[in-house]
Amino acid sequence: MLTISDWKEKVEREGARDSIDELIERIKKSKLNAFITINEDCLRDVEKFDNGELKGKLAGIPVAVKDCITTEGLLTTCGSKILHDYIPPFDAHVVERLKAEGAIIVGKTNMDEFAMGTTTETSYYGVVRNPHDLERVAGGSSGGSGACIAAEESILSLGSDTGGSIRCPASFCGVVGLKPTYGLVSRYGLIPYANSLEQIGPFAASVDDLALLLEVIAGPDERDSTNARREFKYNPKERKNLRIGVIKEMGGNDYVMSSFEEVVEVIKKHHTVGEVSMPSFKYALAAYYIIAMSEASSNLARYDGVRYGLSDETLSSWNVFFSKVRAEGFGDEVKRRIMLGSYALSAGYYGKYYLKALKVRTLVVRDFKRALDDFDLLIAPTMPALPFKIGELADPLTMYKADVNTVPINLAGVPSLSLPIFERKGLPVGMQIIGNYFEENSILSFAKWLEKEIKAVS
Amino acid sequence: MITREDVIHISKLAKVELKEDEIEKFREGFQNILEYFNILDEVEEDVEPTFQVLPLKNVFREDEPKKSLEQVKVLMNAKHVEEGYFKGPRVVE
Repeated sequence: MLTISDWKEKVEREGARDSIDELIERIKKSKLNAFITINEDCLRDVEKFDNGELKGKLAGIPVAVKDCITTEGLLTTCGSKILHDYIPPFDAHVVERLKAEGAIIVGKTNMDEFAMGTTTETSYYGVVRNPHDLERVAGGSSGGSGACIAAEESILSLGSDTGGSIRCPASFCGVVGLKPTYGLVSRYGLIPYANSLEQIGPFAASVDDLALLLEVIAGPDERDSTNARREFKYNPKERKNLRIGVIKEMGGNDYVMSSFEEVVEVIKKHHTVGEVSMPSFKYALAAYYIIAMSEASSNLARYDGVRYGLSDETLSSWNVFFSKVRAEGFGDEVKRRIMLGSYALSAGYYGKYYLKALKVRTLVVRDFKRALDDFDLLIAPTMPALPFKIGELADPLTMYKADVNTVPINLAGVPSLSLPIFERKGLPVGMQIIGNYFEENSILSFAKWLEKEIKAVS
Repeated sequence: MITREDVIHISKLAKVELKEDEIEKFREGFQNILEYFNILDEVEEDVEPTFQVLPLKNVFREDEPKKSLEQVKVLMNAKHVEEGYFKGPRVVE
């Protein structure tokens, strides 16, 4: 993997043009399928960089952007057939921020269709393969954004996380990924799936690089009414003897747990580690899926074949036209979620499913508040298993259950970072570091310390 | 128990046309998933629902006119356009 400073040295040595050419060439020859679209215009940015016209915190640094984040003039498919030819007329807030800081956008990364999946297998554009084992998945839904960092096909990338979609691929690909506090990063220009749960967040090869990208994308934006109007400034502080809580309800198989327990031993040398129980988590997965599907059913009503995306030659009657375009344009998982969401919101079931799920959400928030009163940070395995073999999670409910350790974080809106810990069977394992609302700096400071400790032991 | 008729009803709510062979496939999936969702029936404690997690209320911006997207950009992704308008299917049958 290449860090920002590795990249800068490379550019110093070989020149920006050759370095970018080499990177684009690597993407084109790659077997991973991490990208849906390569940004051919990025060579113009390299020229600007060479002329000293690109300035800012990310001047000349390659960044890949998940394909559910709109980029003006650059194809944005959201992993779906229904948006196979969508050219956005505007940039997302985060893309404006990248451009303002001189980043070079190398392309749009592959993802589960509308971010609905845990393996990138629901993408209309094919699965993303794991850089550590091509027969395994890179995780999802931001599979491309995770894989491209591990495979040196980009230096930084952006993903989105509705129920684990940044942390899962970060864990499976062995890179660092962060789901920020809900509201820290503007969602303007993020194609919506489940608004009350999702956040855009960064991927990187190191904690410092990730923090820099977070500084760039966080901040006020009045175009997102759920934006918290806050800046983020990274100021790493090494603190001794933190109170670290291990979440009892978040486990994993033997490989994952042996890696996790090994890292807990490392942490114990400098901090106090205790166990914390979150009784509401038993219900979090069901509550999460009900809320996500319900929000999705309403959000995806915009795909009517009229304003953008797949359409039909014949403008027949509204009902026929609408239902036909959607049958043609959506894949099975998207259909399943919008249908179940419509059902959960329909007369007679609203109280049983949707309202009940929102009440469970209150219990989950309460459990986090209590745990974060007793502990400075919480830790748990990111994924309960090693990267899955392609095709292993064919049954939808089995796939949903793989998200058991990641979804409670989105229900509560707290920040969570996935850090690579000790490998098992030559495959990466990730650990979540969870903090209180807007405590990204504490999470990153601890992650930076632990990253160094793990390197020293390995 | 989710029936064939339920699936057809749900697909109409969601405006997704299903083919004959898809109905049984989705029915089976719905059955399993909804059965799993029933775990929420165990929760007895009654609390206020949480729709969103931030303490935000009625967020407005200043009421000042701002430039919006140009008409040509707004229409650039539409397949059916007439005289600067989107052209949609018939609403009245």
